Amino acid sequence: MITIFSARKILTMNPRRPVVRHVAIRDGVILGAGDLEELRGWGQHRIDDRFADKVLMPGLVEGHCHLQEGALWSHTYVGFFDRMSPEGEMQAGCKTVDEMLAKLAAAEARLDSPDAPLPGWSLDPIYFDNQKITRHQLDAISSTRPIGVMHASGHIMNVNSKALELAGLMRTGINHEGVPLGNDGLPTGELRGPDVMSPVSIHVGFDRDMLSCDEHGMWRFGRLCVRAGVTTATDLAARLPEDAVETLRHVTGNDRYPARIVPLRFHHGVSPEDLIAHVEALAPQSTDKLRLGRIKIVVDGSIQGFTARLRAPGYYNGAPNGLWYIAPEQLAYILEHALRKGIQVHTHTNGDEATQLVLDTMRRVLRKAPARDHRFTLQHCQLADTAQFRQIKELGLCVNLFANHHHYWGDQHYELTVGPERAERMNAAGTAVREGVPFAVHSDAPITPLGPLFTAWCAMNRRTASGRILGEAEKITLDQALRAITLGAAYTLHLDKELGSIETGKRADFAVLEDDPEEMGVERLNETRVWGTVLGGKVFGTCDV
Amino acid sequence: MSDPALPLTIIGGYLGAGKTTLVNHLLRNAQGQRLAVLVNEFGSLPIDADLIEAQEGDLTVLAGGCVCCSYGDDLMFALTQIQKLDPAPDHVLLEASGVALPGAIGSAIGLFGDDIRVHGIVILADAETLPGHLNDTYIADTISRQLDSADVVILTKSDLASPDQMRRSLDIVHEHAPLAGVVESRGQDVNSELILSHIEALKKPGQSRGAHSIRLVTNVLAMSEPVDPEAFAQTLSADPDILRAKGHMISAQNQQPVTLQLVGRRYSITGAPPTAKPGVVVIQKDHS
Repeated sequence: MITIFSARKILTMNPRRPVVRHVAIRDGVILGAGDLEELRGWGQHRIDDRFADKVLMPGLVEGHCHLQEGALWSHTYVGFFDRMSPEGEMQAGCKTVDEMLAKLAAAEARLDSPDAPLPGWSLDPIYFDNQKITRHQLDAISSTRPIGVMHASGHIMNVNSKALELAGLMRTGINHEGVPLGNDGLPTGELRGPDVMSPVSIHVGFDRDMLSCDEHGMWRFGRLCVRAGVTTATDLAARLPEDAVETLRHVTGNDRYPARIVPLRFHHGVSPEDLIAHVEALAPQSTDKLRLGRIKIVVDGSIQGFTARLRAPGYYNGAPNGLWYIAPEQLAYILEHALRKGIQVHTHTNGDEATQLVLDTMRRVLRKAPARDHRFTLQHCQLADTAQFRQIKELGLCVNLFANHHHYWGDQHYELTVGPERAERMNAAGTAVREGVPFAVHSDAPITPLGPLFTAWCAMNRRTASGRILGEAEKITLDQALRAITLGAAYTLHLDKELGSIETGKRADFAVLEDDPEEMGVERLNETRVWGTVLGGKVFGTCDV
Repeated sequence: MSDPALPLTIIGGYLGAGKTTLVNHLLRNAQGQRLAVLVNEFGSLPIDADLIEAQEGDLTVLAGGCVCCSYGDDLMFALTQIQKLDPAPDHVLLEASGVALPGAIGSAIGLFGDDIRVHGIVILADAETLPGHLNDTYIADTISRQLDSADVVILTKSDLASPDQMRRSLDIVHEHAPLAGVVESRGQDVNSELILSHIEALKKPGQSRGAHSIRLVTNVLAMSEPVDPEAFAQTLSADPDILRAKGHMISAQNQQPVTLQLVGRRYSITGAPPTAKPGVVVIQKDHS
């Protein structure tokens, strides 16, 4: 059966027919976008007017996020900024430490079992003048149940005395730079870095594999996608053991599941040889709504955690250089064999030295294993300079820039981590445009909220949380930003042949908007209201999910 | 009374330095000790096939009651699993990944509590490739930080390296690990008993030939009065000049003798035999 949707406006991202009013679909595929009279030619059809006052865009593509966002909403959100829950409740941000503690106390009061843990997430003390939270403040909420609050960065956690006790850390004599001690010689309850967080986090209700997601979390993630206009989302660092793949297949196989998921197999904890073999075995298990067979390599750490690898002149505050999370030889092995086998690789590089290592390695392995159109993608790639963008172009790589990060933590980078000049060049979308590098922009949800229209706004305005315009020359236009969150992201996943624009032959994936992004413009794109999505011709309204 | 904590030796060093060879060598020459091996990457299971008896899940059972277990990035969970093993192992070998910083792993293990203690950090370096690696801007600082954490450095492939490479490698080791004992090895010739049981004998402070060698002095503290062992250990560990301390003291809490072992910032306090004579030997840097 053919359905022809009419809409107030359809932004197709197809330059041959940029704006139309009608789109015809059949069996989840677009027959055409254009005049109603043209589309009638496809044969017997029904007209669907429910979007007559809405604006359609191609379904938005989030090229770097984690399903974990869905799982985290089972815990108490204590972030500074207002954030929409999967159920559509706008949760007010905690603007002071007291508000944060009050919200946790309210959540504590709702728990039945006296020893059930109380996990919270997205605390960001930089908005509280970096006031240190102590275990005593959390003990006042409960001394009998373990409490743990993950910071927005994902790199620090605050816990109460009970949590320390359960992890065997409520003692003197601890000698670890990630465990600050109080005057009494006992830990203050702040835990810095994954080494010290992991022994405690399991006691406070976080999963052992922080990046994993269960069935319930996947459904919540799906609801967030509908609210953000997203129809295709990556799960960018998945381990993909058999049971996780089974859950992914089971959930995405449900007709009512509203998102196409693209999980990338994380390199960690497995040898390069086994990594390649695992991904080769996964690829044939793909379905329309589950796209397996890609690799994610984490090359370095984070800039705000001072674990990113920087070239000279290094960190602005003099911190020593960061850490490698893979040996250069292993990186080369994976890149070379993936190129030979046609497996796509995305690399996490935050620091510019890590980016340069990938560029140098790609140049070398491409001589051994020549490949065209590989579209290997540098994820984050936050600090790359212009010369590096030129190399990225020459080597056929793509970038996916962390535009949201620039908004939330740009001030910190300006003042502390990399200093003013490099902070201005971070997430250089303008340079990507000028140098002709294919690019996308991303949220890294749950690190920042899932919402490509907001991410596009960040990339166009480069306004930090304090209101500073950080890197005027790296701003991009509305057209460029809208392309980045549709075709741009689809291109980095080799999915632009079926996603990213509304044109004949592509998947019937739409973002259904109450407002017209072209009317909202550069200044107000982040305020665009989302009605819901269409995925493969199936309609998902935010009111239904 | 013996130290009840399970000793754990960290084996670090860059790719190709010979970590896997050493682990297999120690397994073959465990001298009756049951070893548990922790590896970062399960797929690259470094154990020679003939040593493997059975595999189940993340755990591989090895000849002589030894086991091998991968920890991925969840070391604490793996240590919990090791603790539950029955029969309990006598010694844990942790093979770090090639870019890991063993000093940081040692600090993390210190968080685990009193049941497992770091016995020593052994860093392997390939005498043939070490000088080249120290000129590679990407990995030079990683390798120098690895060496910096060593109690013992094993310079491998000493038979394959040219005299010039050997001399340059030794200079590098003395520069970056001036306080570590240095063993030259051709592969299968490391004395396993020394590593597993008497690593203290290999740690020989102060014998640096490097240009920046630090002079060390040894002091003996009489410990004639009872003290709070924890507070005493914290004071010593907070002093950056103090490199090692070992000896006995009387605990002010219960008037019982305890043994203190301190290496850098790590220390352990355990019960001492009743006959232990108070006194702590402290090795520290001399700035005079």
